[in-house]
Amino acid sequence: MIKHGAIIAIIALCLLLSVPVLTVFSSIGSASDGVWAHLADTLLWDYIAQSLMLMTGVGLLVLVLGVAPAWLVTMNRFPGSRLLEWALVLPLAMPAYIIAYTYTGMLDVTGPVQGFIRDTFDLRFGDYWFPQIRSLGGAITMLSLVLYPYVYLLSRMAFLEQSVCVLEVSRTLGAGPWRAFSRVAVPLARPAIIAGLALVLMETLADYGTVQYFGISTFTTGIFRTWFGMGSSTAAAQLSAVLMLFILALVLTEHWSRSRARYHHTSTKYSRLPQIRLQGLRKWLALIFCAAPVVLGFLVPFLQLAYWAWDTRHLVDFSAFSELLFNSLRLALTAAVIALVLGLFISYAKRLQPNLLMRSSVRVLSLGYAIPGTVIAVGVLIPFAWVDNSIDAWMQQQFGVSTGLIFSGTLVAVVFAYIVRFLPVAMNTVDAGLGKIRPSMDDAGRSMGMGSWQILRRIHIPMLRGSLLTASLLVFVDVLKELPATLILRPFNFNTLAIRTYELANQERLTEAAASALMIVLAGIIPVIIISLSISASRPGHDART
Amino acid sequence: MLFGSQRRGSETRSFKKVCLSSVATLSLLAAGILSAAEVNVYSAREENLIKPILDRFSEQTGITVNLITGGADELITRMDLEGANSPADVLLTVDVGRLHRAEEMGLLQPVESDVLTSLVPEQYRDAEGHWFSVSLRSRVIVYDKERVDPAELSTYEDLADPKWAGKICIRSSSNIYNQSLTASLVSHHGAEATEEWARGLVANMARNPQGGDRDQIAAVAIGQCELAVVNTYYLAGMLNATSADQQEQAQAVAVFWPNQDGRGAHINVSGAGVSEHAPNRAEAIQLLEYMVSDEAQIWYAETNNEYPIRPDIPVSDTLESWGEFKADPVALDQLGIHNTEAVRVMDRAGWR
Repeated sequence: MIKHGAIIAIIALCLLLSVPVLTVFSSIGSASDGVWAHLADTLLWDYIAQSLMLMTGVGLLVLVLGVAPAWLVTMNRFPGSRLLEWALVLPLAMPAYIIAYTYTGMLDVTGPVQGFIRDTFDLRFGDYWFPQIRSLGGAITMLSLVLYPYVYLLSRMAFLEQSVCVLEVSRTLGAGPWRAFSRVAVPLARPAIIAGLALVLMETLADYGTVQYFGISTFTTGIFRTWFGMGSSTAAAQLSAVLMLFILALVLTEHWSRSRARYHHTSTKYSRLPQIRLQGLRKWLALIFCAAPVVLGFLVPFLQLAYWAWDTRHLVDFSAFSELLFNSLRLALTAAVIALVLGLFISYAKRLQPNLLMRSSVRVLSLGYAIPGTVIAVGVLIPFAWVDNSIDAWMQQQFGVSTGLIFSGTLVAVVFAYIVRFLPVAMNTVDAGLGKIRPSMDDAGRSMGMGSWQILRRIHIPMLRGSLLTASLLVFVDVLKELPATLILRPFNFNTLAIRTYELANQERLTEAAASALMIVLAGIIPVIIISLSISASRPGHDART
Repeated sequence: MLFGSQRRGSETRSFKKVCLSSVATLSLLAAGILSAAEVNVYSAREENLIKPILDRFSEQTGITVNLITGGADELITRMDLEGANSPADVLLTVDVGRLHRAEEMGLLQPVESDVLTSLVPEQYRDAEGHWFSVSLRSRVIVYDKERVDPAELSTYEDLADPKWAGKICIRSSSNIYNQSLTASLVSHHGAEATEEWARGLVANMARNPQGGDRDQIAAVAIGQCELAVVNTYYLAGMLNATSADQQEQAQAVAVFWPNQDGRGAHINVSGAGVSEHAPNRAEAIQLLEYMVSDEAQIWYAETNNEYPIRPDIPVSDTLESWGEFKADPVALDQLGIHNTEAVRVMDRAGWR
């Protein structure tokens, strides 16, 4: 058994990290000057309906874009399949707001594509049909194109880890490849797929940049409108709290529907996965199906950004740029390391002590990912400023010295906000990995006289290497892309690539914003590729196939 | 400690002394190292649109300027929560409604400066000196030169006339400039009449509100709508853009100054105030005074095509070409006072 001190420390840590979320929750009881009555009369139903439609659309689309290609590249060989194996993760490096800017620049009524159509066929606006990019459908497409890699990654991991025996059993029972996929592999991979889907849906709910740019009234835009437009931070916090309840309901529903099923692997026999070499029309269809998400989610916007950046290269100040890059990278690295360590300890503590307190504090923590960055930032500001001001008051009283603000307005606050927001990503990934290690492994270690710490160090960490790498790199990439919390909490004279991109895009100077946007994507590509390759190499009992 | 012996108590006192003396030494040291004066700016104006002028200020005065940029509301929230220990000296916004809100929240202090009161016209500063404008912009109607006869145009109110059905492009009601424009109508006509107007406007929209002001101009240029409502510096920015496309789109439209036979065109400002708890008050006032100096005013006019706050400073060539106009003399704090009502009016009218 793990020492009680350690458990208490971890629960205390969970509570500390829950402070921002609880701060937002604590607003529920306060009065809000009739803002709710006004909202209920006007836009509240719009917010709910649009958020639901957005989530449904994105959820369905990422399942199509994520699960099927994962199965195709894992179980089949077709032209380009080796390349696509890792390329399918690339859109993860593309922030949602940047892909939205880019496609709008290209496809909007005033963009080059429609301009070309008008010039070539000598048409005027309204003479032809063209899909409206700034619409609910557009937002669903944009978000799905950059978020599907979560589902792809996790379901691919699951497919790689499946036992051939199970698939062979299904064959002997007369199931073809399609049925093996739909009746055996997908149900077995369900926890992984759901975990990916949950990340996608939470990110969708938290998104502000894309929906705001497309003029869609979701819960998140509602929070900002209430807060800024009506100056009611209370009502805005209450809307956020409702948003969190929404997520909580979602998480609990999933949990309940899984009921008592467990998904440990029972076989230790891992032979090479039987890969089918696709022939004829099928191989081309598979290629198109798997290449489309990469082309649309990465290649096209990447090339467009590169073109714009080249066009505006004379405006780029390279020395300022390297500082922005350095700032972005060090924040991302710090947050990734901290999130990894905390994620591992918390997940492991939950495995050892799955009591109610532990489980519920983990659940509260995992809400952070669904909360818009700005709301998290305020949730961080309130307690930080309170602590700083209390220390200051105490020091003034005791020593007549003012300490001013110690933590607020420093990178500590920024990194704290990142951890609150992105720890769930690390925890989810580590948890999924831990869940697959049978409890009998722990028992075996214990029977050999190892303590909990030794079991973690000598059994779990080596077995979890892949998951741990993935967890830290996912956080790394997420922090690179993060904007709103950094914007509010950062110290003086501190900028990142994301901030530079946003400020230029906000002035409607999309082409000038392209250079820094491109840098974010480039900085994110390398970790994304590493994640991808490490997953290919993660099949137990196998050396890397590449 | 509370129940400790006498000896312990004296230990505490001597500990206090050590702390005090070391803090004193440290602060002397710090004062030596940081002898350069500094001023801390929270700016809603983006870095590239403010940093050059702050750098000039530093060069001339030797005062270091520390800068954080961000949305006005976020910055105000941060100042509010940081409370008495907030490092902010100057709050800079690009909309008067936010300055008013900061003032209402007790975040700004009154400033007495002969330079500011003599150079900034009375209409464009707070009576008690909580905030001062540094540049002006108007929200105007732009129209398709080919398809619209400017004689048809007259006022903001007229935009609700059914004759413009399906012809108007305007951005979202979440946008602060639209909120301020609507707030000005609320202050002139009251909420009910303004809601009526907003309903008419929504009925006349060519498309759901989307994009920024430059997008509205481009939409007029390609024929999706005939009129758009935009801030002056966006059009000027497009006319002077490096991209040939943007220039071409901007040249397809012309400016119409609304309400010239009545109260005048709607004006908004960018401005600044000194924070209530400013640790560097003197430097903060110095910075504000610099922002209305010849040099800073000319820079604003030339670089961002805004109207200088001082009537004696020449406007940019592009603005010059649009001629003189009559500005709505409404007291600017009215826009802040009616902001919330304006948002509610727009919500009820279905203006997305």
